[in-house]
Amino acid sequence: MNGDAALLLLADSRLPAGGHAHSGGVEEAVRLGTVTGSGDLARFLRGRLATVGLVTAALAAAACELAAADALPEPWRWLDAEADARTASPAQREAARTQGRLLLRTTRRIWPSAAVDALARAVPEGPHHPVALGAAAAAAGCDPRRAALAAAHASVTGPATAAVRLLGLDPVTVHRLLADLAPALDDTARAACAALAADCAIDGEPDECGEDHPDGRHAAWRARWRALPAHGAPALDLLAEGHLTNPMKLFVS
Amino acid sequence: MGAHHDDLHDAAEPHGRALRLGIGGPVGSGKTALVAALCRTLGPSLRLGVVTNDIYTTEDADFLRRAGVIDPERILAVQTGCCPHTAIRDDIAANLDAVETLEERFGPLDLVIVESGGDNLTATFSRGLADRQIFVLDVSGGDKVPRKGGPGVTSADLLVVNKTDLAPMVGADLTVMARDAAAVRDGKPVLFTSIREDDGARNVAEWVADLVGRWRREHGEPHRHAARGAAPRVPASRP
Repeated sequence: MNGDAALLLLADSRLPAGGHAHSGGVEEAVRLGTVTGSGDLARFLRGRLATVGLVTAALAAAACELAAADALPEPWRWLDAEADARTASPAQREAARTQGRLLLRTTRRIWPSAAVDALARAVPEGPHHPVALGAAAAAAGCDPRRAALAAAHASVTGPATAAVRLLGLDPVTVHRLLADLAPALDDTARAACAALAADCAIDGEPDECGEDHPDGRHAAWRARWRALPAHGAPALDLLAEGHLTNPMKLFVS
Repeated sequence: MGAHHDDLHDAAEPHGRALRLGIGGPVGSGKTALVAALCRTLGPSLRLGVVTNDIYTTEDADFLRRAGVIDPERILAVQTGCCPHTAIRDDIAANLDAVETLEERFGPLDLVIVESGGDNLTATFSRGLADRQIFVLDVSGGDKVPRKGGPGVTSADLLVVNKTDLAPMVGADLTVMARDAAAVRDGKPVLFTSIREDDGARNVAEWVADLVGRWRREHGEPHRHAARGAAPRVPASRP
């Protein structure tokens, strides 16, 4: 199983899952005057990929792996809690859950699977987007690296398109920026999978969620998930919070 | 596959749920005023919900809330990221989510109105989102507009030509508009309104009430659906 074609479908901006209405902080950055042209945008996208991009890629890879292994609800709640812990801004949490809920809605009709249903039941208010994306990727037939790549891709393409709409930038110039980022997207997906595969000792944190799976894999998963990348991006957090105060906003986030 | 005909996430399944009515049309043609008039006229007899798609956040939703024609909690606003037509046609996920949220919170409902953001003549609602749709024009855009056609004008279940009171002032000939609309609409109805005048949308409200009655006869009385995230009644099969 590798899922190249499935990845193309999943990463296509035409996938009807609500992503087009999110700017990833670009709208607020434009309002504040910190993104005014393609040079600013290039730096914004690099920063976003290095932080949110890597974190979401790792979470998506973990979700993809989980979807292939287990359909119980508890592990999904734990993984979603890991995403929550890595998302400092309440506004970003809300936006991530909205996007996750809409992606699951779409996935359940396009690629129905027991794991996706389990995730929808486990987190009825909507899982974080990268968790939903990883589950969707597994349902579509992608492996964890492709799930990570889809997350890294989404972390920059949505904001880039928003900048084209908001600033009237030349779309070819902006796509050139994305093409320049392509090697970094591949690197991010690889780094995300390496982080997921890293050997980590079970860290002895108390497992408050009751009995472990008989083979102890739940404790092992949780230890690995706790060790996933957790890069913060305070500027993006502030942009997400500031966005909510904009009475003229066009994007959800 | 094929076991998913009763998945509540399939918007195409019409049985036992509210009629979903899309209202689209260019900016300023009177969509929000029409929604307010419909709520005022139909509110006493039908259980309603409204979803708005604004350019700026909650402008239309706020107008409706201030108008006091419907419980403010029954209005949800969807943001469209500069692309109102995308949200009603190409990627309807956020709008479907809003419709189902209203049905979950207040259901069963008889009618959910989805008002699009102001757009151009090519904007239409996806059938996955709206069961029926109304396209609203106004005379001040010029009496040539129906002749220009476009999917909104030609395919909407009802074409409303609003602001007829302005026709003499803008030099619009209503007979020309009626004749041209009939020519491109293949017999589908056209109604002329002046919604700002008292009771100005009575004819449209009657058309909608008739539609809801027929919908109910064809698809059964609306009933409550399972909460979001609940398992489909038929378990999903792995492909």
